[in-house]
Amino acid sequence: MIVPMEHLLTLATLLFALGLACVLVRRNLIMILIGVEIMINSVGLVLVGASAFWQQVDGQIMVLILMAITAAEVAIGLALVVYLHQQKKSIDVGIFDEMRG
Amino acid sequence: MIATTMFYLLGAVALGATGLAIIQRNPVYAVIYLVKSIFALALIFYLLGAPLLAALQVIVYAGAIMVLFLFVIMMLEVTPTNASTRSAPGWMQWAPVLFLTLTLVVLTLVLIGLDPATSEGIPRWHATPRDFGYTLFKEYALAVKIISFQLSFAAVGAFHVGMTERRRARLEDAS
Repeated sequence: MIVPMEHLLTLATLLFALGLACVLVRRNLIMILIGVEIMINSVGLVLVGASAFWQQVDGQIMVLILMAITAAEVAIGLALVVYLHQQKKSIDVGIFDEMRG
Repeated sequence: MIATTMFYLLGAVALGATGLAIIQRNPVYAVIYLVKSIFALALIFYLLGAPLLAALQVIVYAGAIMVLFLFVIMMLEVTPTNASTRSAPGWMQWAPVLFLTLTLVVLTLVLIGLDPATSEGIPRWHATPRDFGYTLFKEYALAVKIISFQLSFAAVGAFHVGMTERRRARLEDAS
């Protein structure tokens, strides 16, 4: 392990917080998906760090699975963005409010 | 020692690029900054002993997923909001991306230049692609199958969502 585990976890936490801020603050659907990407990346960093910490390869395999899940999520998410853009001619989340109770 | 220094530098690059990505008005600029962040993370993966994942991170994330984002952004022709047309001074637009790119290139060259024979050149513990493949296809064979199912479900779902009314009517006529 080249650095203490705490420093790696701090870096991953900061990246996760940036992604979460992006999801919560931005109003653009594509920027929200980008925020989700940032969060998934930070989780991958934690998994690789854990893999190096315990010197087991399992964590890296979980990152590979995470990449596949991300690819699926992005494919569906961007298809939905295209669909919503066809419906409303806009990708601002503020106008998708028909389901408000 | 070099690896530790590089980790902190790369962490700073990743944080800076991500921070710049989430404040961009234009999604295209955000994707460009995010690619920098992903490159920095790939180098960190290599330093932590995951060379195969470092390559996959660049190929899958930067090569496939980010390009998919760019495709959709260009397809939708989303015009940035008015505030972004207010032009900042020229150097403020290209200086951050130039700085991040140069840092990444220099760090990559340093990493390439390290002597592989010493312990600095190669992480002390690292999973070779062979170890990785054996564990993946022996212990996690079921997970691989489930993931491939999930990817095909995602493809079907994306087709279904992307189908327009006209195309759906044409399919029903044909059947």
